[in-house]
Amino acid sequence: MRVSSEQAGDAPLEPLTPALEVRDLDFSYGGKGVLESVSLAIEAGEFVVLLGPNGAGKTTLFSLITRLHDRRRGEIRIGGFDVRGQAVQAHARIGVVFQQPTLDLDLSVVQNLAYHGALHGMGPREARRQAELQLKRVGLSDQHRTRVRRLSGGQRRRVEIARGLMHSPRLLLLDEPTVGLDIASRRELVEHAHRLCVEEGVAVLWATHLIDEVRPGDRVLVLHRGRLLADGNAETLTTRLGVATLGEAFDRLVGAGEIICD
Amino acid sequence: MRLTPWLHCLRGVVGRELLRFLHQRSRFIAALVRPLVWLFVFATGFRMALGVAMTEPYQTYILYEVYIVPGLVGMIQLFNGMQSSLSMVYDREMGSMRVLLVSPFPRWYLLICKLLASTLVSVVQVYVFLAIAWAYGIQAPLMGYVYLLPALLVTGFMVGALGLLLSSFIRQLENFAGVMNFVIFPMFFLSSALYPLWRIREGSYLVYQIAALNPFTHAVEMIRFAMYERFNGDAVLVSVAVALVLLALAILGYNPSRGMMARKGGGGG
Repeated sequence: MRVSSEQAGDAPLEPLTPALEVRDLDFSYGGKGVLESVSLAIEAGEFVVLLGPNGAGKTTLFSLITRLHDRRRGEIRIGGFDVRGQAVQAHARIGVVFQQPTLDLDLSVVQNLAYHGALHGMGPREARRQAELQLKRVGLSDQHRTRVRRLSGGQRRRVEIARGLMHSPRLLLLDEPTVGLDIASRRELVEHAHRLCVEEGVAVLWATHLIDEVRPGDRVLVLHRGRLLADGNAETLTTRLGVATLGEAFDRLVGAGEIICD
Repeated sequence: MRLTPWLHCLRGVVGRELLRFLHQRSRFIAALVRPLVWLFVFATGFRMALGVAMTEPYQTYILYEVYIVPGLVGMIQLFNGMQSSLSMVYDREMGSMRVLLVSPFPRWYLLICKLLASTLVSVVQVYVFLAIAWAYGIQAPLMGYVYLLPALLVTGFMVGALGLLLSSFIRQLENFAGVMNFVIFPMFFLSSALYPLWRIREGSYLVYQIAALNPFTHAVEMIRFAMYERFNGDAVLVSVAVALVLLALAILGYNPSRGMMARKGGGGG
């Protein structure tokens, strides 16, 4: 088993299949529906914002995609691989930045990344090479040996993004990655994620409750109380609802429970 | 299927645990001071009151502090196993358990790697403790320290798997303090760690029966016999069997669709 996404499973059809495909996903917890018939598909190189207030089900959706929980109905595929039936191949294609920070504060940046590389079956040399490459990309080449504790919040997030990309995933999930960051760091992270889509062809699913993180050309999924209320280009959404800003569009959707899909 | 990626994964998990252990010097000192206090204070006080008559595997009459060393070795491993599961609960809250669980390797394998890592940390603690005991004059045959190693691995897996199992259905850290009281103390005191079983029997038949059933008693006896170059088949059999059952239950507990993780899942935004 080789578990980086280039080599795990040779699926010739992979470039044609969506990076992420969710079909009729239902998940309930304690008798209460958390997600109801959620369906979506994200293509390679696409940047998609998953917009929803706290408690909308964003984190739950991510937990189901990464298979931290699995008691659900519906289908989830990563690059064509079923996360249940073909867990190894599917997992090898996902990079995740969790909502809570997950770096070891007492270990150095490179030690943290080496650990992640090992968890994906990489040898020390390959892990180091990937770590250097990804750190360079996020502009932290000079912080290799720094203990994570000494880094700023924005730098830590960038390390986590570098970590999530070490195994060349097809899909990068980011769960409210800008929580607690200042405006400059937030803007920089959003830009960086967009660049990844263009340069690497990685599909990015960016969960947030902050409307100002949506850029005009972005595709937006609006999730509210476990249901997908809208799926479409940010500009198209505002035009179709006849409102001036995405904020107003969001209020309208959430208020009226309307459903709009492109 | 190639083996090397699996080994890389194991190396990564073990390496991280050892690095973290090195960085947490206070944890190491605490792990060492606890049994040393028992040895130097408790045992010294009790040696007058409690001479231990000749009992297997010892060849002669022994001092009380000689008797309790294997029990204290078990205690180090018990605390370490519970502490590493405490850090799992903490990890899960902080999210680094998630990092482990989203690895493409099967979950049973990741949990075994994690258990082996925490067991190796406890092995380091045990040998440092035994070195101090040696300097103090409590010396087992040299080969005993070699035979001890497999016994330590079995005990480490047993208590580690127990901790893992508990961590799979403890939701908050507050509850864990209770588990320390309800798991560690009964397991330790209701065992042959501090007194031989025949001595407990003289005091209370009920306590004796509980202690004889306690898997920790068997682990301690396995350690005690190994240290004196003896093989206690019953103790090894019970310890290995209990370790395997607990491991299976812990893996089930972390199964995303069947175990406790699923039952407590959901919530959150």
